[in-house]
Amino acid sequence: MNTLLAQSINLFAVVLLVLAFAMIAQRRILTLIHLFTLQGAALAAATLIVGYLTGQHHLYFSGVLTFVLKVVLIPILLHRVIDRLNVRWDVETLFNIPTTMLIGIVLVIFAFNLAAPIAGLSASVARGTLGIALACVLLSFLMMIVRAKAVPQVIGFLSMENGLFFAATAATSGMPMIVELGIAFDVLVGILILGVFMFQIREQFDSLDIRHLEKLKED
Amino acid sequence: MDPLALVLAIPLLGGVLLGLWGHRERAGDLNAGVSLLTLAASVWLTVIVVRDGPLTVWGEWFFVDPLNVFLVTLTAFVGFTTSLFSRPYMRIERDHGKMTPGRMRLFHSMYQLFNGTMLVALTTNNLGILWVAMEAATLTTVLLVSVYRTPASLEAAWKYFILCGVGIAQALFGTILLYLAAERAIGGGESALLWTHLAQSKHLLDPGILSLAFVFLLLGYGTKVGLVPVHNWLPDAHAEGPTPISAVLSGLLLNVALYALLRCKVLADGALANGLPGRMMIGFGLVTVVVAAFFLSRQRDVKRMFAYSSIEHMGLMTFAFGLGGPIANFAGLLHMTVHALVKSAIFFAVGHAAQKAGSQAMEDIRGLLKVSPTVGWGLMLGSLAILGMPPFGVFASEFLILTTAMREAPWATPFLLVALGVAFAAIFGRVQPMVFGETSLRPLAHPPALLPVFVHLGLALMLGLYIPPYLDGWYRQAAQMIGG
Repeated sequence: MNTLLAQSINLFAVVLLVLAFAMIAQRRILTLIHLFTLQGAALAAATLIVGYLTGQHHLYFSGVLTFVLKVVLIPILLHRVIDRLNVRWDVETLFNIPTTMLIGIVLVIFAFNLAAPIAGLSASVARGTLGIALACVLLSFLMMIVRAKAVPQVIGFLSMENGLFFAATAATSGMPMIVELGIAFDVLVGILILGVFMFQIREQFDSLDIRHLEKLKED
Repeated sequence: MDPLALVLAIPLLGGVLLGLWGHRERAGDLNAGVSLLTLAASVWLTVIVVRDGPLTVWGEWFFVDPLNVFLVTLTAFVGFTTSLFSRPYMRIERDHGKMTPGRMRLFHSMYQLFNGTMLVALTTNNLGILWVAMEAATLTTVLLVSVYRTPASLEAAWKYFILCGVGIAQALFGTILLYLAAERAIGGGESALLWTHLAQSKHLLDPGILSLAFVFLLLGYGTKVGLVPVHNWLPDAHAEGPTPISAVLSGLLLNVALYALLRCKVLADGALANGLPGRMMIGFGLVTVVVAAFFLSRQRDVKRMFAYSSIEHMGLMTFAFGLGGPIANFAGLLHMTVHALVKSAIFFAVGHAAQKAGSQAMEDIRGLLKVSPTVGWGLMLGSLAILGMPPFGVFASEFLILTTAMREAPWATPFLLVALGVAFAAIFGRVQPMVFGETSLRPLAHPPALLPVFVHLGLALMLGLYIPPYLDGWYRQAAQMIGG
């Protein structure tokens, strides 16, 4: 039973990675939010299983916190934002999805190489997944670079936070509780501020295209 | 009553109070009053630390030692003087129609919360909380950068949020790696991220993990320090936000981020023993100084120019701390102090000058001395001070940094000298016509509060001529703590 559970951590890790790739290629904003919600759910499940296997009870709390924040609260907020901004059915034109995917694969290989020596030093049951966690962080980073609309960029930002939380679980069986609470608080406040921000941008530019936000350049 | 509790509680509660108080008359006075109380509490804290030595309080969650106590006092002091400056400044902005009542409320409330989060970041013993507080400091200021709602300010705030958010996410990954190393060396749990514990057993931390962790921490906190190539948010945020925010971003937030980096460097140095963190900081610092100096010479917006000057000076400090050793560390700490004082003074003067001209473009600001000599002299003396002219304190610290660099890293001195020369020519050449000559400026509706400018410059002058013995001892102790 326990070996099965231990392997299921790897399964959830792979789900996280596949979802990160899917987000890069996804053009519909609504589907992007669904993917983000799924990623949150996979993260929460992985955290709970690590908690069960290691007997670290604070991980249960952390898993529940992840679930509440990333599967319930933030998706609700995102849905409300895209409803009010009327971008629910928006489809973004993305150039060169295959090239982006190839860059993504290079990033994954890089992340695995970077994480391999450290993962060996970790005592956590999920240490094999540290490379995946780092890969998720880098893929989200890539997504933020290639996206030109505000909402996908924000989802990339949140997905990066997912990768980091997963790294904490994979490498160290969870950061101290108070730190996790603090991070969760920052993420929540951050998304609220971003929400306010998107309305301001929309009001000013009549569009959520952040290509409008490239005027301040060095001449 | 614990003085540290007061130092942290006054600004945080003050922020809530000002949020409730709203835009009623005297909100500016209330803001200044809260900042004055914070300053009083931090002076009390300093007196206690000077008398009794370092403090560790509340189950070791918070601590005050020679390194952070002087930054706490500096933060509270500049926080107070900036609140004095912002009273008339923001009133004029309101009269110009740039600030609505709701925005004034946001400004005052967030200003206090910003101060509070910086003080938490400075005094917390837990590196995780340090990260949380640094991120919170970004969150409190991001809406202030976009407070004017112009396209440029929205762009600046968006960049600030996204770049600093991504940057600080790298620092979180570094902190996670640090926790991994701590778990292996001293066991996990709530106390494994406490700096005092980590510093005691820093030689036990795994060098492989720590070197990778330090790379992420340097990139992450380096984004907030404004190190090249992750500095892009800084000039925009400084130029487009209200001037009081530019002053505290330059004078305080950058220092706090550098402080976070220093705390991490102490741990990495202890674990690695090969000087890698120092060399990385030397490299980043030097590139930052040179790149910022050349960008600086191409600016037309006065606040942007001084923002690049902040990047240059943060690079110089990073370089000094990278050199390490008692003299360079001493010089770095002194430079942190004088830069915070002088740069905020410059922003106060620049803010009023830009209000008189109705523009931040340097060619629109002419002949300040004719319209208001105090603003003109403030800008002129502040510029001379920031350019490292004797007898101001910046001269003393830059001189110490350069002489140490000649001994420890002679190859770097030509780059530094060229960069300082370029910055000198650029700033001096631009400031001169702004201060002297004919004018087309208009007088201000409310008398500006220029006392802070001259108090800051006076302190910087004093630090250049004479450093009081207790302050000197304090700097030496702090320099020793960060590996002197």
